Amino acid sequence: MSIVVETILSNHPQAKRDSLIPILQEVQEMEGFISREAIASIGKHLNLPTSKIYGVATFYNQFRFQNVGKYHVMVCRGTACHVKGSAKVLEAVKRELKIEPGTTSRDGLFSLEIVACMGACGLAPVISINGEFFAGVEPDKIKGILNAYRRKESENVK
Amino acid sequence: MSNKSDATCCHNHNLNAECDPVLEVLKIGPSCGDAESTVQKRAEWLSKLRRESVDKPAIFIGMGTCGLGAGAGKTRAKIDEYLKSNQIQADIVEVGCIGLCVDEPIVEIQLPGRNRIAYRKITEDKVETLLDSLLKQQVVLAENQICQHRSEKLTPWENVIFFDEHPFFAPQTRWVLANCGIIDPDNIDEYIAHGGYRALIKTLRNFTPAEVCDLMEQSGLRGRGGAGFLTGKKWKFALAEKSEQKYFICNADEGDPGAFMDRAVIEGDPYRLLEGLAIASYAIGATKAYIYIRAEYPLAVRRLRESIKKAKEYGLLGNNILDSGFNLEITIKMGAGAFVCGEETALMASIEGRRGMPRPRPPFPAVSGLFGKPTVINNVETLANIAEILANGKDWFSSLGTAKSKGTKVFALSGKINRTGLVEVAMGTKLRDIIFSIGGGIPDGKKFKAVQIGGPSGGCIPTQHLDIEIDYETLQTVGAVMGSGGLVVMDETTCMVDVAKFFMDFIQKESCGKCIPCREGTRRMLEILQRITRSRRNEVGNEALERFKGIMYLNRLARVIQDTSLCGLGKTSPNPVLSTLRWFRDEYEAHIFERKCPAGVCTELLTYEIDPEKCVGCTVCAKNCPAKAIIGNLKTPHFIVADKCIGCGSCVEVCRFKAVTVK
Repeated sequence: MSIVVETILSNHPQAKRDSLIPILQEVQEMEGFISREAIASIGKHLNLPTSKIYGVATFYNQFRFQNVGKYHVMVCRGTACHVKGSAKVLEAVKRELKIEPGTTSRDGLFSLEIVACMGACGLAPVISINGEFFAGVEPDKIKGILNAYRRKESENVK
Repeated sequence: MSNKSDATCCHNHNLNAECDPVLEVLKIGPSCGDAESTVQKRAEWLSKLRRESVDKPAIFIGMGTCGLGAGAGKTRAKIDEYLKSNQIQADIVEVGCIGLCVDEPIVEIQLPGRNRIAYRKITEDKVETLLDSLLKQQVVLAENQICQHRSEKLTPWENVIFFDEHPFFAPQTRWVLANCGIIDPDNIDEYIAHGGYRALIKTLRNFTPAEVCDLMEQSGLRGRGGAGFLTGKKWKFALAEKSEQKYFICNADEGDPGAFMDRAVIEGDPYRLLEGLAIASYAIGATKAYIYIRAEYPLAVRRLRESIKKAKEYGLLGNNILDSGFNLEITIKMGAGAFVCGEETALMASIEGRRGMPRPRPPFPAVSGLFGKPTVINNVETLANIAEILANGKDWFSSLGTAKSKGTKVFALSGKINRTGLVEVAMGTKLRDIIFSIGGGIPDGKKFKAVQIGGPSGGCIPTQHLDIEIDYETLQTVGAVMGSGGLVVMDETTCMVDVAKFFMDFIQKESCGKCIPCREGTRRMLEILQRITRSRRNEVGNEALERFKGIMYLNRLARVIQDTSLCGLGKTSPNPVLSTLRWFRDEYEAHIFERKCPAGVCTELLTYEIDPEKCVGCTVCAKNCPAKAIIGNLKTPHFIVADKCIGCGSCVEVCRFKAVTVK
């Protein structure tokens, strides 16, 4: 069992079923995703079969079972963003990163996710990269935004 | 001098001595001491907290999610840097969203002796210009001015309109949003100074739970989360149940795409929610409350956490609140991203750590809810109304609104509208006023087509019904619902079939899968819509036949889903299709019979041509065409081979000379 998962579980002593989702959220927050090993340990801790835990974890959109990239790109596909052309924005991001939603680029730098609404409808269309919001993005701005992150990364390498 | 009967008004409070700072909250309680020195000190303290006067400049930055999205973080850093390098002493206050999202980042400045003045779109490059002259008492950046706040004692700025004269704010009645963007949301003292927690004190001292429920029912407050059930009535059901444990749940799982009022209230005025939740829990006899909030709102979650901690320190949460014997513990539960969890029974299943699937009712949650105990669920906006009703009385509340819908409603304006943001208006306001007066109409001189209200369960309202007076009932007559109050405005360049397709796609993804009509039916409806918008070029086999068959079944399928689904999500899932079919049948017909998209959105149904006059032969379109349907040599006009074109529209996007025309 990884130390991270162990620490999280020890923070939930005598936990019952209602702690399942908070535990999963904490594990994902610390490890980036939910691994098979983590699910097995959670199952032991809560005395729940892993099938039940998978049942819950796969039901909710939030949980991931593979790691995200260093920069996690979220494209909002809410109504307001849709009306303002977020479908084209999504296309542009897909074209630029050459990955599909829910996957990570091969170099592990970027991952892409579609979210239902970020609640920033006044600024539609929005995307967010590692929690940083970009408001009123147009398809042709995408390249510039992503390249800024790429530049940052290549500078770090040097 | 001090009055003996008041001596017991607040615990630990000795009227003959001055108050201890930790008792500041109790100092301003309505039945607190009235020794002259106490009264004067209290008045000074309140005035300072309300910023009726400041002794050094105060700079307010709108740092809600929308402010941060527009770059308020960079603006703040720049302001800090400016103040430091010029050695200016000033208070920086991070406030929530005032509602005018389109103008973020909004910076407001209050100089000693002068009115608070608001500026729009203060990006980091404008900070220096603004502060340079404003700190010298000169008004600058006229095009960035919004308004100034009214005050009695301070000197107004010349030629700057007041808050209540601004076209966006003037028609509003701001009760729930009163403090949003005005006060520091992290500072409980400021909330109290603006009248906060008076209602809780009044309730705990003067009313029994049954009286609170009565009062709430008589005020006519209805649930702001969707269905519009009488709040007081709901509470009464739970109050009548005998149980050693009851729960109150605040639903902050704002899943409706296009609605963000709950986020704004929590980010801008979290204590208002906590106070409402405390009163509500007292009214039904609950000692444990949950706030179920979306994980997508990290700032709101953080603010709630800090507010709960602070309220506990002040003795406004926890054990024996204000010496009344009433205990309340609030736990935050983060939602994990499932739209169906907006449904009461699904939400409870999620808190219990199970899949968020609704169950049949009865038993209603008020009888057997969370962990099998009586539970009431209200949404954020409903709870944010409670304190005001208790403080000002039920008649004050019910004097505003229509016959059956009382008070105000917050709407989130977004889409193709000039002033996007949050507006709070009296029930019964005309939709036209909200969109054209407050919202400032449609940008770029485009024509209004429809407004979508109520999220995926709602409907579209066309031009001819814009004059309805908005309330729960009138909306139903035009096939829409109040929902949580997201208003997405659409103009002539929005395709209604595409909108219906968008919602069906959302719903079929979010269907929990329990009932077949919803799980399978919504998927089939989406497929039918997809076929309508698919070009014949891309059809194979008997897909053309399927297309016609689908259209014939669309209406019937919608009725079956409505009639046979269990929960609200399923029952209302065909609404986006039914409502667009009802008002925009001609658009469907254009797609089906003429195979054209009048709004020019459904790319597959469009035909593309290159204007040889405009084309310079740069070859960019040919390189980007995924179907290799564009031919032509360098520096000569190109040509699109219609048979090969798949209608993706990428040539339009890449052409810098606007040479590709769409029909």
